Formats: sequence, structure tokens, C-alpha cells
Amino acid sequence: MAAATPVVELKQITKRFPGIVANDSISIQLQKGEIHALLGENGAGKSTLMNILFGLYQPDEGHVEVNGQTVAIDTPNKAIELGIGMVHQHFKLVQSFTVTENIILGMEPSKGGIQIDYKTATKKVKEISDQYGFHIDPNAKIEDISVGMQQRVEILKTLYRGANILIFDEPTAVLTPQEISELIEIMRKLVAEGKSIILITHKLKEIMSVSDTVTIIRRGKVVDTVKTSETSPLVLAEKMVGRNVSFKVDKKPAEPGETVIEVKDVSLKNKEGISLLNEMSFNVRRGEIVGVAGVDGNGQTQIIEALSGLRKIDSGSIKLSGKEIANHTPRQISESGVGHIPEDRHKHGLVLDFSVSENMVLESYYKKPYTQRGFLNFRAINELATRLVKSFDVRTPSIQTKARSLSGGNQQKAIIAREINKNPDFLIAAQPTRGLDVGAIEFVQTQLIQQRDQGKAVLLVSFELDEILNVSDRIIVVYEGKVIGEVRPEETNDQELGLMMAGSRQGGIANE
Amino acid sequence: MNKFLKWFASDSFIVSLAAIVMGLLLGAIVMMIGGYNPITAYGALLSKVFGDWYGFGEALREMTPLVLTGLAVAFAFRAGMFNIGAEGQVLMGMTGASLVGIKITGLPALIHAPLAIIAGALFGGLWAALAGYIKAKRGVNEVITTIMLNWTALFLCNYIVRTFLLVPGNQRSVDIQPSASISIEWLSQMMGNARVHWGILLALLASTFFYYFLWKTKQGFELRAVGSNPEAARYAGINVNKNIVKAMFISGVFAGLAGAFETLGVFHYQSVYASLPGYGFNGIAVALLGMTHPFGVLAGAGLFGTLTYGSAGMSFEAGVPPEIIQIVIGSIIFFIAAQGIVRFILKPVYKRKKEKVL
Ligand SMILES: Nc1ncnc2c1ncn2[C@@H]1O[C@H](COP(=O)(O)OP(=O)(O)O)[C@@H](O)[C@H]1O
Ligand SMILES: [Mg+2]
Repeated sequence: MAAATPVVELKQITKRFPGIVANDSISIQLQKGEIHALLGENGAGKSTLMNILFGLYQPDEGHVEVNGQTVAIDTPNKAIELGIGMVHQHFKLVQSFTVTENIILGMEPSKGGIQIDYKTATKKVKEISDQYGFHIDPNAKIEDISVGMQQRVEILKTLYRGANILIFDEPTAVLTPQEISELIEIMRKLVAEGKSIILITHKLKEIMSVSDTVTIIRRGKVVDTVKTSETSPLVLAEKMVGRNVSFKVDKKPAEPGETVIEVKDVSLKNKEGISLLNEMSFNVRRGEIVGVAGVDGNGQTQIIEALSGLRKIDSGSIKLSGKEIANHTPRQISESGVGHIPEDRHKHGLVLDFSVSENMVLESYYKKPYTQRGFLNFRAINELATRLVKSFDVRTPSIQTKARSLSGGNQQKAIIAREINKNPDFLIAAQPTRGLDVGAIEFVQTQLIQQRDQGKAVLLVSFELDEILNVSDRIIVVYEGKVIGEVRPEETNDQELGLMMAGSRQGGIANE
Repeated sequence: MNKFLKWFASDSFIVSLAAIVMGLLLGAIVMMIGGYNPITAYGALLSKVFGDWYGFGEALREMTPLVLTGLAVAFAFRAGMFNIGAEGQVLMGMTGASLVGIKITGLPALIHAPLAIIAGALFGGLWAALAGYIKAKRGVNEVITTIMLNWTALFLCNYIVRTFLLVPGNQRSVDIQPSASISIEWLSQMMGNARVHWGILLALLASTFFYYFLWKTKQGFELRAVGSNPEAARYAGINVNKNIVKAMFISGVFAGLAGAFETLGVFHYQSVYASLPGYGFNGIAVALLGMTHPFGVLAGAGLFGTLTYGSAGMSFEAGVPPEIIQIVIGSIIFFIAAQGIVRFILKPVYKRKKEKVL
């Protein structure tokens, strides 16, 4: 293998952005017929590197060789000409178009130069789909098909344009477990047909199961390139984050104190009169983490909104240290000692066009010393931001950088820093590790446990069962807007939890 | 100082400048196609504005309402709203100022004039706040309500003038009391009777207020948060609805001031308008030109005012139809909105600049 010319060779690529070297003299070889994984934390520079290969960015230094020839890839069209295709993290599809229309978009085959030749196009789409087992209906509208299918359309689009080298940028981040294993099958078929693949991911499980070679990137530099068969997940994780990691979070047994939050018979209907919360009851005590397990859409979002004042409840009561807070405003609730790491960090957690430092005072801007006599005190605000950025390791070129240009993990760290700095009695953490890499996940979970150890009550809502099982001291299972059971993590496993989440079995300790 | 220099070298400044140059060039091409000499034409335009004190004073007068309506549109925009109703708010501002300026008598100028200005500002502000209130309460898009309120304002103001303030037989109100006038007589005399007034200065102050209020105060922080991400603002405990009404009120105050100054400083009476006079729509153009930044709005109004006021000289001296200036203004706005085109044309320039740095 070593003797063959690589299909793609990146030679000492360097790319700088203001305040940061995103790629620092990176060299990578992709051999024909291999799956080469790029592993790295959020913000390590993986997407940047691939955008260079795909002609979206120009390198400041270094060059690209395809089949041994030095090439200048200055536009994506050039990349496509060279047989390089990219499946982006965020799909670029027209929702109201059919699969075929999307695939031929930009290079429509025509009959007599005017009319689009859909018949030939549809036939070709069908052929490719069958060849690789995509099971795609060429005439389906994008808006009607699942996310997994949409991703296949993106893959098909690159194949239709004759790609031999496929770049997948975090393809599994948006997929269900079932769809992930199907995607892995597809990738295997592609390489069997002689295609070569670069796979970006920070999920170690996938790398171990599908890749041939792994290149680990940390802070813009190549740490190592290894054969997958000669390494292990733990070794990879440590190379990725640059320190020892353990997949199991360490924590002492909980020592719960008095009840901090008490939710009693909370009900809530939507505009259509459908019940979203149905007499939900639970409590969280000082010094414990209560995990909420449940299939998405069983009232998790609504109870969090009710707890943080974003949504009114129809009946029931929510008491914080004995005082009623149901239907208070978000500000009243925040001031009475509730912190909230929101589920959707772009929608709720941050104002993306605000700087990091403005986001750090998003909830406290009006208080002294951040506001004095109606004017913002930027000195105090920047001092706080500098301190939080440092102690929570938020990687940002400066505190004046817009939140938008931070990577997902660092955005999340910024939110957590802000919420923990409020020193709340009750902390709500909704999907706090979604989309984060191993290092960041460990950081977030450790923070939650530290909060618990400092005597805070923590409510953890997560769709990751591993996380619920590892981090919580007590688990409540919600189903159709109701708590249908409560279990202890050490007395259960994911099978049992899975069954309860499906509503089929009441838990150990009855809640009613 | 350093910050100031940085701003001049900033991307958006260079792009705006290039857009202006491209708009002027396009206008020149149109003139050449029409058989006119663009150099003579632009020369005439400039000499109309900068040739004598009268022209300069009148150009300043022309710019004043543009600054204020530009600020009105830009301010609402920063808070996430599109105020198409500066037009109506200007009319309300005129009416407020006229009512106080005409009906109240016996006050010293030092009290009467400010009172009339405040009345105009309040009329404009409340008129805009009405659209904000409807949006906050019922979720009706402010674009629709402000457009409708423009026409309501037109007929309401005409009704008020006709019923309470009319010079019988004329389509205008009686003159305001001299004590309500904000004209600067001595300066006006020095400038060949150009209609200069204190409003010009107040418009400058207004843009400074805009800047400090939005970026330096607590309330500005709230408005920007609401404008940029209302969901996150609500999460952070900010009362979104209150801020929508407040933003529209302040926006309307800017427009109302524009109207008040026209009445108190320029005309000294109020006309019965046959149709919408167009102040507010020009404000949209100015806000776009200034990229909704208060100092950009000043520059945008300066440019817009120079071009429109100077275009009269252009037609007089060079025989070029003044409508061509509308083409120039239109294309400048087009190039600013379509920045991609400008960047594409600037690409060679940028490349060279980058190489120098490396
Ligand atoms: N267009 C850009 N402008 C400025 N900085 C950028 C840009 N794109 C990426 N970065 C920065 O470069 C670094 C690498 O980002 P990226 O390649 O997206 O990381 P990854 O894909 O590994 O998560 C990050 O710190 C990011 O903030
Ligand atoms: Mg990425």
C-alpha cells in the first residue's frame, strides 16, 4: 500500500483566521479504497482543512496533490472536476424540490438545449441508488423524507457528479442509531467500489468500526496518524484531547439534603387542547442530580420551559425552596435562584451576533456593577468575561469575538460558565452535551457533578442514555407528559430504561 | 483615534465607498448614453451645493429630515423591525408641532419652541408606538400596520389642519407664532436667506444619542438582544413586548422630530398634503446607505441630500434631467445591498492588499 501514489495528498497546509491558526502545516495522505478518519475536538480545524480540499477556502501555505499532480483547487467546481465530493455538516438541499431535481441542480441535462431531460436524470439517479443500496425514491420531495434519506441525497449528488473521493463532515451527528449503521454499510459499499473516503467525526465508536486509518488533529496540528487496527478508543481519545480521559465520570455517592424544587401535578395543554404535561410530579433535592429519561416529545421541553418561566402552566404548582414560582416571569425565576442551560443553544442560549463578553452578562447586564446609572460598565463586563473564559476554558480569539464564530463546544462552555457563575440553587441542564466531543462532554459532566457536590440541585434532561446512567443519582422516566417511574442508575440498565421509556413497564419505586 | 482609523480601513467602509463610486459611474454612463457630459453635470451638481453659502445652507436643510428619518428606520431595524411608517410619523410630528406652535400663545421663545418640538416628537413617537403595540399584543407584522398608519396619518393630519388651523381658501395652515420658530435668523441672513435652523444641530445630536443609547446603555442592550434574537432575549428575562413598543416609540420620535423641524424651522406653517410627501421613504434609502449605523446614516443623508439638492443645479446648468440622480441613488443602494457584486469587483484590490501584508 505504501508504495502506491495516494489519491489525495495534502502537503503542509496552513490556514490562518484572525487570531487563530486553524490549520498548522497539516499533511495527510488518502490512499485509494480506504476510509481515512479525521478525529479532533470541536474547533480543531477539521472542517477548515476539508473546506480547503473542496475549494471553499484557499490555504495560506502548502498545496494539494491529486493522483500525484499538484492542483490548485480555487472553487468547488474545480474540486468536483477533480472527482472530489463533499457531504456537508449542514445539508444544502431545496426543500420543495424532488430528489432528482436537487441532484441535477446546477448541471441540468437538457433536451435540445431548452427543456430539462428529467427522464434520463431520473433513470441515472435510480441506477446509482440501486448500485449502492440507497433505497431512494427519485421523485420524492425533500421535505417529505427523513434526515437520513436527505443525507443520502447529498451523497448521491456527489456520485452523480462523478466523485471518486468523498468527504463526509460529521455525517452521523444528525442521525439515529439505525441510520448510522445504514450509513456505515453505504460507506463500506462505496470503498468496495473503489471510492476513497475522508470521514470527519469525533465519535470513537464509528471510527473503530469503519475506518482504516485515523489522523488525529488537535488545535490545528496533526498529533498522529495510525492504523485503526493498531489502536484503541482510549488511546485515540487521549491523543485527541491531549490528556488522560476516562469514559466513566468519577463521582462520590450523592448526599441529598432538603428539597429544593418541588413539581406537583403540573399540567399544560397546547393551543389545540392536546395535553403536553399531565399532572407531572417530581422533586429535586440539594446535592443530587436527577436525570430525566424519555423519548423526545414526552414533555421534557415543556417542563423545562415551565420551570424557567418561558411557558405558563394550566394547573399544579412549582415550589422553589418552599416558595411558589409557577407562572412567574423568566427574570423573577432567574433571580430567585434558577440557572438554565437551554436545550437549543443557538435559539435560547446565546445571541449569536453579540460578543462573548456581552453573552456572559445576557441575564445579569442590568445589575450592578455591569450597569451603573443606566450605562453599561464595560470594564466590569469584560473583567467578568475574561475571568469566565479563563476558568471555563472557552477557546475564543478574544472576548470581543462574536459568539457565532465559536465552535459548538465553546459556545456551550460559555453558556455553562454564565449559568454556573449565577450560583443558582437549582440548575437545569437540558441536553448539555449534545454535539460535543469527548473532551467537552467530560468537562460538562464534571461541572454538573461539581455543582451537585457544592449542594446545588441539578436536573439533567438528556436523550443520551449513557449520560443519564453515568451522571444521575436518581432517574425519573417521563412518558406522555407524566412521570411513569423512578429508578436508581446502579439498579438498572439501558434495556430496562428503554422499555420504561416506551411506556411499557412501571419502574421500581412507584411515583404516585 | 486608533479606533477611528480602523473604522476607515474596515471592510464595510471600503465596500460602501466602492458602492458609491460605482453608482456615480453608472450614472455617468447613463448620462453619456443620453448624450450629456457627466463631468459638467457632476460639476454643476457640486457647485450648486458647495458653490455658495445659500446652496450649502439649503443642502443642510434638505439633509436634516433625511438624517432623522434615516435614524428612525435604522433604530427600528436594530431592534428587529422594519419601520415603513416614518412617513406617517413625520406628518404626525408636523401636526403636533403646528398645534402647539399655532394655538399656544404668549410664551417666551425659550419655552414655546422646545414645547412645540416635544409635541412633534411625542406625536411621532406615539404614532409609531401604536404599530409596536399592535405587534406586541396581536402579533401583527409592523410592515403592514406602519404602511396603513401612513395613510391614516395623512388624512388625520389634513383633517386637523383643515378643521383647526386653516387659512381660509388656502390649502395650508396659518403661520406658527414667531416664538415657536427655530430658524436661526442671523445665520440665515449670513447665508443668503438659506432656511437654516436649530434642527440641523439637533439632528446631529440625535445620531449621537442613537449611538450611545443603543451601544452603551442597559436599555440599548435589551433592544439589541431583542432585535438580534428575541427567543434568547426572552430566555434572559428581557420583556420582549415592552421593548418592541419602546423601540417603535423611539424610532417614531426621530421621525416626529423631522416633521417638527420642517414646520418650525423651514416652512413655519403646515400644508394640506395631496399625497404622502416621501420623507419616510427616503429615510429607508438613507438607512440602507448608512448600513443602519447612526454615523453611517449621517453620511448617507449627506450623500443623499447632496445628490438630490444638487440635481436641481445639474438640470439648470448642464441640462441633465434631475431624474438621472434617482438612477444614481438607486444604483448606489443596489450596490450596497448587493455587496457580493462589489466584493467581486474589489477582489483584485483585496488580493494585492493581502500580499502586501504577508
Ligand atoms: N471563516 C472563519 N473565520 C474565522 N475563524 C474561523 C472560520 N472558520 C473556522 N474558524 C475557526 O477556526 C477553528 C477551526 O474551526 P473548524 O475547522 O470549523 O473546526 P472543526 O471542524 O474541527 O470543529 C475554530 O477555532 C474556528 O472558530
Ligand atoms: Mg466542523
